[in-house]
Amino acid sequence: GFLIPYFIMLIAEGMPLLYLELAVGQRMRRGSIGAWKIISPYLCGVGVASVIVSFFLSMYYNVINAWAFWYLFHSFQDPLPWATCPLNSNRTGYEDECEKTSSTQYFWYRQTLNISPSLEASGNVQWEQALCLTLAWLVVYLCILRGTESTGKVVYVTASLPYCVLIIYLIRGLTLHGAVNGLVYMFTPKLEQLSNPKTWISAATQIFFSLGLGFGSLIAFASYNEPTNNCERHAIIVSLINSTTSIFASIVTFSIYGFKATFNYESCINKVILLLLNAFDLEEGSLTADNLNEMKDYLMATHPQEYAQLSPQLKNCSLEAELDTAVQGTGLAFIVYSEAIKNMEVPQLYSVLYFVMLLMLGIGSMLGNTAAILTPLTDSRVIATRFPKEVISGVVCFINCVIGLIFTMEAGNYWFDIFNDYAATLSLLLIVLVETIAVCYIYGIRRFEKDLYTMIGRKPNWYWKIMWAFASPLLIISLFIFYLTDYILTGTLQYQAWDATQGQLVTKDYPSYALAVIGLLVAASTMCIPLGALVTFIRKRLKRE
Amino acid sequence: MCFINLISLRKSSFFQQNAQNAFKVRLSIKTALGDNAYAWDANEEYLFKAMVAFAMRRYSSKSTTQISDVLLCNVTDRVSFWFVVTDSSQNMTTVPGSVVEAAIRMNRNRINSAFLLSDKTLQFLKITSTLSPPVEPSTPVWLIVFGVVLCLIVAGIVFLVVAGIQQRKKKNKESTERENLEEKGEVTVTVENGIPCEALDLKAGHINGVFAADDERFTSL
Repeated sequence: GFLIPYFIMLIAEGMPLLYLELAVGQRMRRGSIGAWKIISPYLCGVGVASVIVSFFLSMYYNVINAWAFWYLFHSFQDPLPWATCPLNSNRTGYEDECEKTSSTQYFWYRQTLNISPSLEASGNVQWEQALCLTLAWLVVYLCILRGTESTGKVVYVTASLPYCVLIIYLIRGLTLHGAVNGLVYMFTPKLEQLSNPKTWISAATQIFFSLGLGFGSLIAFASYNEPTNNCERHAIIVSLINSTTSIFASIVTFSIYGFKATFNYESCINKVILLLLNAFDLEEGSLTADNLNEMKDYLMATHPQEYAQLSPQLKNCSLEAELDTAVQGTGLAFIVYSEAIKNMEVPQLYSVLYFVMLLMLGIGSMLGNTAAILTPLTDSRVIATRFPKEVISGVVCFINCVIGLIFTMEAGNYWFDIFNDYAATLSLLLIVLVETIAVCYIYGIRRFEKDLYTMIGRKPNWYWKIMWAFASPLLIISLFIFYLTDYILTGTLQYQAWDATQGQLVTKDYPSYALAVIGLLVAASTMCIPLGALVTFIRKRLKRE
Repeated sequence: MCFINLISLRKSSFFQQNAQNAFKVRLSIKTALGDNAYAWDANEEYLFKAMVAFAMRRYSSKSTTQISDVLLCNVTDRVSFWFVVTDSSQNMTTVPGSVVEAAIRMNRNRINSAFLLSDKTLQFLKITSTLSPPVEPSTPVWLIVFGVVLCLIVAGIVFLVVAGIQQRKKKNKESTERENLEEKGEVTVTVENGIPCEALDLKAGHINGVFAADDERFTSL
């Protein structure tokens, strides 16, 4: 159902903007700050905004890698630690919290995060998570240590290994029982979702994130290209490969998701059958999934009182409801996959494969982010001449690691969600909008055409020009408006907190200081653009006088 | 006979006590054994009575429980029933529930294996079983793997940093040598804008085909 907005966004936003950023980087041969300064001195703020967004992203993104490491290290046990609940203190049953929810959720919320009931209760730093985070940053440092040459070699591994694992998972996933349900769910278009602007916004942010637009990393990488490199062809190839990979990955995801949903649905039905068998002392095998509904009616008619007593415990099992449980947020991805993996044969193998793949992808993204931060730093002559690049990379990694320890506290996952939801989305839209308008109208589309002609030897055709000049900016502006109106309509911001006593998520309001942090996050990057223009304006005025 | 006994027990003034002394048992034979499931008939009931009597005798050496002392009632299709243990030496009073419970607990595996079942498929509804804890090694496994990976990464970092420092020292030595030679005018070095060509490490010289060809990014979840 998501495919239609995804493809439209890809053609309207993804490919044109990717081409734009690659061309800008290749032409200006500088990281994002320098490149935008060359296009127009008033736009140095755009580059700085990109770097700040990348900085925020690298702060919190590596925590995902830390979690992937944690799960990876715990995959070497039999049985998997998230497969069964731990026993309570007098060994008569399972832990309370684990009984109320499932063992995979318990493992995530209690044993991985040790999450506190609300944002205000900060708690202590979890040393296990802190260790994993340090390891994740050491791995990133190892890869970016020697600059882009070494990063280039690492990316050969981090980009190709996920494909191998995805193929293995595709074969395994399609042969799982119930995978077809997930695939059918994925491919049936839900027309009422198309009218919801949130679907379009999430399709757009998905495209931006997966292609890496607006972070400055594309400009940074493109600046290392040869000046005559054919970036038009590369832009098309990259975005097509990216989309096919996304579709491929979602086929795998949805087949595994279908397996999990079918498994849960069948367990639910079996639980109901067992309950009825035990309550009415019926023969084993007399109640099956097929005759369950008729038998329920029959029992209701013949033993109304006992049935009425029993009915609060009889859950209505529905496959649709299982498939609809929203897959959102990083935590849910860990929970859903670990739940699906624990039910496969040889779960340790699949678990290791999956989390290695997750690590490769995460580290690949981190490399892009850190490159976006480091390239402007190594470009600037002030810093680069005084310190060797190992020291600069080391300092950046160290600072990020120390700040990242916030996310390993007990309330860390709530702060992570704040960063995940607000650090990048709005600022990215604004940055990309300013980029397109700057290149088309301030730099001039004819000048840009000439630059492309000198680089590639071919002027861009009408599709690119229309997209750059009209379609993309209009689309982004409308998304922006939707986003803001949505925020204004819903009023105060809320978050999902884990309630240990109930064993599920509850909605709570953000305290005022959290709202202040959110405001700061959004303002820090977006305000750079007007501030940069203002500062340049003032400098020019002073120079003139 | 079972119903008459139960009814008489209920009507007696020891109703409360006797209700406490009766236990409900539930068997899930088909779930446990599938195609190899046996049917529950009078012979199986006899075996059950024998096992309970055995458990009572094993628990307390003074006990003289006979198979006929164990009374089964109300056998359903589910295969569930109630049973009590009576004491024939004391005029058909029932043995206290706590004693029966302790006896069954002590001999639970023997009873289970007699019926080829487990704690879950042969349930004594009032008697909870102690679950065995999972085996935990002295050092958690994850720390071992963590340690191995950490050592590898740190070794890699140290190696690269040291190699980088050595390379830089070599370059410095070469450039000072070259400067000395230049002063002597013995080496012709191609110079562009005052910088020797070899020292130029422009970005333009490096093509990174990897980024251009494959730029997979982890999609935000």
